[in-house]
Amino acid sequence: MNRFWAILFFMVPVLAVGTFILAALDVGPMKGLWLPKNINTHGESIDSLWNLTHIIGAVILIGTGFALAIGVWSFGARSHDRFRYFSHNNRLEVLWSIIPAIVLVSLAFAQMPAWFENKQSHPMVTVNGQEVFKSPLARVVARRFGWEVYYPGPDGVLETADDLYFENELHVPFGEEVVLQLESRDVIHSFFIPSLRVKQDIVPGHVHNIWFHATEAQETSLVCAELCGWGHYTMHARVSIKERAAFDSWMSDQLTGDAN
Amino acid sequence: METTLAEEHVESHEPKTFLGRYVFARDHKIIGLQFIFSTLIWMSVGGLLALGIRWQLAWPWSNMPIFGDWFFAAEGGQITPEFYNVLFTMHATIMIFFVVIPILAGGFGNYLIPLMIGARDMAFPTLNMLSYWLLWPSFFCMFASLWTVGVGPSAGWTAYPPLSVLFGEGIGWWVLGLIFSGVASMLGAINYITTIIQMRAPGMTFMRMPMTIWGLFITSILQAFALPVLTAALFLLLSDRVAGTSFYLAEGLDLGESVRIEGGGEALLWQHLFWFYSHPAVYIMILPAMGMISDILSCFSRKPLFGYRPMVFSMMSIAGMGFIVWGHHMFVSGMNYYLSVTFLISTILIALPSGVKVFNWLATIWAGRLQLTASMLFALGFVSMFVIGGLSGVVMATPAVDIMVHDTYYIVAHFHYVLFGSSIFGVFAAIYFWFPKMFGRMMNESLGKIHFLISFVAVNLTFFPMHFLGARGFPRRYADPYQIEIFRDLLPINQLITYAAIAMAIGQVFFILNFLWSIRFGRRAETNPWRANSLEWATASPPPHGNFEFQPRIIRGPYDYGNPANELDYSPQYEMATLKKQDS
Repeated sequence: MNRFWAILFFMVPVLAVGTFILAALDVGPMKGLWLPKNINTHGESIDSLWNLTHIIGAVILIGTGFALAIGVWSFGARSHDRFRYFSHNNRLEVLWSIIPAIVLVSLAFAQMPAWFENKQSHPMVTVNGQEVFKSPLARVVARRFGWEVYYPGPDGVLETADDLYFENELHVPFGEEVVLQLESRDVIHSFFIPSLRVKQDIVPGHVHNIWFHATEAQETSLVCAELCGWGHYTMHARVSIKERAAFDSWMSDQLTGDAN
Repeated sequence: METTLAEEHVESHEPKTFLGRYVFARDHKIIGLQFIFSTLIWMSVGGLLALGIRWQLAWPWSNMPIFGDWFFAAEGGQITPEFYNVLFTMHATIMIFFVVIPILAGGFGNYLIPLMIGARDMAFPTLNMLSYWLLWPSFFCMFASLWTVGVGPSAGWTAYPPLSVLFGEGIGWWVLGLIFSGVASMLGAINYITTIIQMRAPGMTFMRMPMTIWGLFITSILQAFALPVLTAALFLLLSDRVAGTSFYLAEGLDLGESVRIEGGGEALLWQHLFWFYSHPAVYIMILPAMGMISDILSCFSRKPLFGYRPMVFSMMSIAGMGFIVWGHHMFVSGMNYYLSVTFLISTILIALPSGVKVFNWLATIWAGRLQLTASMLFALGFVSMFVIGGLSGVVMATPAVDIMVHDTYYIVAHFHYVLFGSSIFGVFAAIYFWFPKMFGRMMNESLGKIHFLISFVAVNLTFFPMHFLGARGFPRRYADPYQIEIFRDLLPINQLITYAAIAMAIGQVFFILNFLWSIRFGRRAETNPWRANSLEWATASPPPHGNFEFQPRIIRGPYDYGNPANELDYSPQYEMATLKKQDS
């Protein structure tokens, strides 16, 4: 029976790593079960970290999983000749503490730039020779259970009476840094667009700025990723990422439409 | 400090009435069994709720068996989105607060601590009785929250305000229930700490304590320090709900004309307080199981536990660091982003002692003589599943990656590998192992192995595919994710998961039958059926009132199996001479 159980334990790392590889290669039964294609330049660092941590994980899983399975296979209750009596080995303990410590600490430091890029380095622009924060393209206000999207009206300034309002519809250009200002009217919501690798909780009473640099046109979804009530699953918006020229002409259509 | 049994102040008379003996029991063994039976019943309720969640995700809005028939007969059995939120809120609440924590600390903690350290009972038997009976007001509040309002709490077990303050019914009852269960845990924790420090038998030094005791000891310390914070947070939440305070509510909330919110509060405050308890709670739910499977792995490998001291120290460092990692639940919450980097480092580092434990377990079975009993299989299953849960934890400790997978099914996969694949597997291993001591009868090994086989395959088929759902960004807590174009193609994989979950539920039938049948009809157990070293195996199965009819003296650690200098392949940690006295 040992061998039967050994094979069962052996299957864990084999199938786990196997399905991950197939999913990453996007082939066979695992097609379409990986990260959606990234279309944000800042998302690249996220995806490489995702790959790196999973590769390290796969190596550890294979190492420990095989050791467990081989142990169960080889050391049966009657394997007296293979039995060895030992209770500790300090050198081994030091070794398997130091090596993972080095790997983990390097991993911790390696990921800091990605975090900085996505959450701390607000896009800048130069105005009158001064580096200032790039102002938001739009203001997205979450409420149960929808997304209010406001663009600056003819005065070019957000949060004024002439703001353009859209219900569950977000239009953004690609090929440049886009900053969005997020707010909530009632409870905590979370702004999540999977293909842009953007997620930010929106806490009532706070104003959050997020940014991304989309690389291609796409029609996708903005979804809420923080439980906000019975209609949480209905809280999604259409996201239209388009060329700057197309965005400008869409915007001027809206502005003239508004003026009329 | 060590005391002998004679010096202890314990109640020496065995209670004679049924009420005194089995209901308002002060004997730690009966209280332990009360916890175990109660939590096993709750586990089936929690499991049923999980099947409800799975049913909705596989066949959205179709007639749900059981829950649909009970609550939504008028609607033809179709549940409401609100009720879906109740399902996952109550599933998590029950599994965490009424199953995993009480069965480990309350059940095994109570049963095993005095027996394994050589005490007649707990330090505070009456407090111990209270700690079980305070769970009943808590049960009552949970039922009240479900039935007085007809819907139940629906803000998730994390109950983030403002949602949990401003919306939803039954959350007040739910909060009260958690406060009662917190007080119950607190009484237990104080009792365990005192008992372990004060009442160890002569010779039972700290460094001779079995890992089970270390796990329970460290867990109790975690409980004692973390619980007051949760209790305070819960009172603030209750006050916001019923007294109109605004501890968690910012000004300017727009809820229509009729509602006025004074404001001045902060929603993130709850998250900090809640996770300051609930992250240590993750370790509260795993450390005792780690301790128990360490004992089980060593016993059934017939070989010393590898690296006892590093095992103890790694457990301590997991517990210590467990207090400074809570912020990793809040990477995308809007919390100070520099703070995230601090929590990233502490979280990454906590993987280290966990890894050390895995390596030590592997070295324990290496070159042993493995007896693959049902208990041993579940312990090996624990190790196998814990590695997967630990590694996905490292992925999410990376804040940048967490941006993608936070609040998706990736996290659902992660914590079920740890909580089901590890903690619950540890519980099963422990039940198969200590059942003979508890009931004086053996469980059926073949049924146990079938139970393991089905559980092991089903747990992987249920939870592994969730990693891929998470990679796609599939959000958790969605009653109907398929409304959204980008998730529509994920229906078949959800149906596969649901079939696996149903198989898992069927697998548990083998356990329930085996458990109930063996209590009455199992083969009679000897005093020490596994030829184990630790002290609980020195006394009769089941142990008499007062536990030992002799004064146990401890002469070595509990892991000296297979010592070639010995005739037997085990060397009990107690003086055999005392045993002789008992027999004569």
